[in-house]
This record gives sequence, C-alpha cells and structure tokens, in this order.
Amino acid sequence: MTVLEDYIPIVGPTAIDELRILAHALNGRSIQNINSTAVGGGVAEILNRMIPFLQQLGVNARWDVIKGNERFFVITKKFHNGLHGVPVEISDEELDQFVEVNRQNAASMEFADIVFVHDPQPIALVEQRSSRGGNWIWRCHIDSSNPLERVWSFLERFVRQYDRAVFSAPAFAAKLPIPQVLISPSIDPLAEKNRELPEETVGRIFERFGIDRSRPVVTQVSRFDYLKDPLGVIKAYKLVKKHADLQLVLAGGGATDDPEGPAIMEQVEREAAADRDIHVLFLPPASDLEINALQRGSDIILQKSLKEGFGLTVAEALWKSKPVIAGAVGGIPLQIRHEYSGILTHSVEGTARWIKRLLAEPEYARRMGQRGREHIRENYLITRHIKDYLLLFLSLFHQGDVVQLS
Amino acid sequence: MTEFNFYSKQDLTFLLGIRASTARQLAAELHKIPDSSIYHHTHHFLQRHHFFTPEPSNDLALWAQSGLNDSTLGEKLASIDIIQYHSIGDLRNELIRILDEHVAGSDNRLTAPAGLEFYFMSSQTYVFPTPFRVKTLREFISALQHVSVSSLYHHMFDARLRLGRGENDFSTWFRDMGHGPLADEVRALDPYAYTLENLRRRMLIMLRPYDRS
Repeated sequence: MTVLEDYIPIVGPTAIDELRILAHALNGRSIQNINSTAVGGGVAEILNRMIPFLQQLGVNARWDVIKGNERFFVITKKFHNGLHGVPVEISDEELDQFVEVNRQNAASMEFADIVFVHDPQPIALVEQRSSRGGNWIWRCHIDSSNPLERVWSFLERFVRQYDRAVFSAPAFAAKLPIPQVLISPSIDPLAEKNRELPEETVGRIFERFGIDRSRPVVTQVSRFDYLKDPLGVIKAYKLVKKHADLQLVLAGGGATDDPEGPAIMEQVEREAAADRDIHVLFLPPASDLEINALQRGSDIILQKSLKEGFGLTVAEALWKSKPVIAGAVGGIPLQIRHEYSGILTHSVEGTARWIKRLLAEPEYARRMGQRGREHIRENYLITRHIKDYLLLFLSLFHQGDVVQLS
Repeated sequence: MTEFNFYSKQDLTFLLGIRASTARQLAAELHKIPDSSIYHHTHHFLQRHHFFTPEPSNDLALWAQSGLNDSTLGEKLASIDIIQYHSIGDLRNELIRILDEHVAGSDNRLTAPAGLEFYFMSSQTYVFPTPFRVKTLREFISALQHVSVSSLYHHMFDARLRLGRGENDFSTWFRDMGHGPLADEVRALDPYAYTLENLRRRMLIMLRPYDRS
C-alpha cells in the first residue's frame, strides 16, 4: 500500500508536514464522500487513492456509494451529457424518478459532519440537510461550461442548497448564490501510469508495438473521438512528414458513445493502413503500463483536443518531462504556459509548425519539458489535491480573507 | 530578545462566477470585485509559477497578451511596479487607470474568444506556524535556508500588502533586533523582480555579513 511518506522524495517533507497541520485543524470532524460507483471512472479512481491518504492524516473520512436501478443510471447519463451541452430529452417523470431514488438512498444513510457529494447522481441527497443538518459540498467533475438549460436549471435547484460548489476549471463556474471553489484534478506520480520505468521496459513495449525508437516518435494518447481530433493530428503529421522522418502513434481506448465515433475510427484506420509510420494502438482499459511507456519513449506528446474537460494526459506527459503540444482548450491552458512549459496551438498548421520546430530544436524541447515537470510537481500532483480538499473542508468553518490557524 | 517565528500559508481559490471578454468589461468588473480578488490576480502567479524565469507578471497582463491578443495592453499591465503600492485599493485604482486610458477614445474592439475569457477569482489564505523559531540573526540565516517558499512568500508579499503591515515581516524584525540598515536594505528590495528561490538566495547574500551575530 502506498503511504504519504512515499511522496516525500517527490514533493519534499514540508508539503507532507503541512498536510498534517491542515488535517489537525479539522478537529476530528467526520467527512463522508458520496458518489454512485465504487469502481471505474475518474471519480472512483481518485476516491480510492484519496480516502486512505486522508485517513493516514488522521481525518475521519469515509466513502459511501448510492444505489440505483438501470433506469436511474439512464437518467443520470442524460444529466451527464446535458452538462456537456449534448442535446437530450428528459421527461418530468424521469426527473421525479431521479429525486425518488435519492430519497430512498437517503432514508438508509447516516450523514457525517461534512457531506461531500460527487457529480449529479447523488445531488438531491441535499434535500435532507434541513432535517438532518451537517455541512454540504457538491463537487462537479464534469465540464459544465455550456450546459443544457433544462438540465442545469433542474440541478441548480439542488446546487443552491449546498454550502460550497467545487469545479475543476474556471470556465465551469456558474452564477450561483453559494461560494464556488476551484480545485483542479491531479495525477498520482506513484501510480502505474506515471511511476518511473526502467529503460528496458520502455524499449520492450515499443518493440511489442513495432515502433522504431531510432527515429522520432510523436504520440497522442486519447480516446478516438471527434473532440480529441485524431484526424487533425494525422493532418499535422503529414505536413511535417514532407520535411522530417518521424512516426505517429495514436493510442487509446475504442470509440465512445460519440455518434461520430465509428466514422472517425474508420478514417483513422484508413489513414494508418496507407502509411506504415502511423501506428494506431487500441488499448484495453488496463493499459496503464503501456501508456506510461509510450509517453516516456516518445519525443513529443500531442493533445490536440478541440474541447477538453481538464485534459490530465497533458499533466501525465509533462510529469515525464516531455515537450507537449496541446490545444488551448478546457483545463489545458492551466497546465501549459505557452513556450515556457509547453506549446498551445489553435490549428492543424500551428501544430505541424511546432512539431517541426521541436524536432529540430531538441534542447529547447527538453528545457520546456523540464519546466513542465516542475509546474506539475507544484500544482497537479495528488498531494496538492489533498491539500485543496483539506482547505475546502476548513473553509466551511472559517470566514475572512486570511485565517490564522494556531 | 524578540523571537521570530516563521509562518507558512496555503491558499484556497474561489471562483467568482464573473468573466470579461474585453478590456472595457475587465475595467468595469475591477471596480466591483473584492480586494482578495485584486490580490489574487496580481500575486498568485508568483507562487504558482515561482520556478519560471523570467517571472511572469500577473494574470491580467497575461490575459491581455494571450487571451485578448493585445500586446500593448499586456505590456502596460505587466509593467505595473507593485512594490510602489502600499494598499490593494491603490493597486486597484492603478489597474483601472491603465485599462481606462487604454480603451478611452479608441475603437479597441478586441474580444477574447470563447473559452479564453478572463475569469475572476479570489483566494482565502490559511496561515500557520512552522517549527522554525529563531532568536538571533545566525539562527535566522540557518532557518531561511530551509523554510518553504510559501513561508518566504507569506513574510515578504502577504505581510506587506495583503495583511497591510506596511513592510515585510523580516525588515520589521531586523529593526526590532537593532539592525536598522539591514532592515532598510531588505525593505528596499523589489521581491517582484525575483523568482522565490532567487529571492531566498539574494537575501542570504545580504545577510552574509551578519552571519556571526
């Protein structure tokens, strides 16, 4: 099991000591995380790591999962898509059903001093606060920058009853009568996807995929859907290929429920079939080691997204000191300062130009990658995420711009 | 003998739910936002990107350059000499003056594209003592080599402007200890011109002649 002390060589002893000070200031108050799934998905992944760390800090933290039938999750999937701005039809009867499932769950739950609700599925539990008390926080992990009006106005009824709403990027904030907090997601430097790897492991995995490490490798790791722009990546690669010998790796899971997914997949495969230097890798879900090795062994990492929630693959690549060229969307500009810690682009041509330039100037690319790693160390590792959560909990009990903890 | 206890701090960032797409909107909102937001946007960059050289200046300047694509405004905002201001109110007035002057009488219609608007934020700061407590300059020098950059930041930046103490905590203590010239020397330092690690190095060089006290 990973313990907090394992992070001292990465973030230094002071960062861990400060977490203990903040945890102590909570004075034993209990914290209950609530979401809708124990396995799979980013929220469960982060809670699986976060809860043991909070407990190691002496925080009375626990995690409960609400129950729902298939219909309930069909409805909450509509909420998810609606928050993303995807058109969905939701009937009044479905909304009633959603609230009813939340009430059934609440009837069998004991609530802690601080109830920390993740995403829309358990959002209506907050109805109970008037009769059962406590401090309530709603954490939205979804890109809600352009939500469907009907979905947001329904959810907002509940959001307004919380003490705090937490979002992952500034653009996701809404006009709300309650304080909103910015907490970015994080990566775990000791997880399989990010831990240091021996050179032999990286070499073995490249060999297995038939990628030639003696020539430059440019890689994008992401789902094959329109918003990640794999076809734009191929176009940029082709522009560079006229002048430089390089290979392109597109690695990720299969098409999602994006309706255009299959058509994009087909085009990507067609392009790859016509060029032996384009490697399309369909990775099964448990491929963290392979992703780690592909990122470490590549010369440049791309994340040419057209729309992005936060884009943690950027943080993963920067943590590996890689030069990253990424679309200036969602949370990516938070992770990259253009030309200092990475490159932000807005077009296929711009992406191609920067690939060429970074391949031609490896020393410049290396320095940028190193700055990127330091930026991630300071701002996007799990220890910073824990710190933000502790401050968030403390903010429920402390007013004023400056709070003196004894 | 007065003891100096090094404190450290951590910030929680709040989103105000207000955004600006043009220089005019930015100026209009700057009149209304709380002091903690002015302080956040002119200071958090120093800590968040403290390893960068050259040091980026402030959120507003960065946004004018990269969001609004207005390099003239970006340069004007980046050139604000924050050390010259003794209150957040004065700093706010200067930001507004620069923006008003920039847009006055011009047909400046630059608008940031969707997603690259300026998002107003503020921060709540939690201050707590560290184990570093010193009674002599020699002990101070030893501790200064080990305290976190957050601690250095708190005593040099927060103390002067955010907590309204008028000067940095180190100078106040040096003066109390009878080291007026050293206090004045550190007070005259422009901490905004350094990365935090270079600020630490610069101070250690200033303190070198006092290493025997």
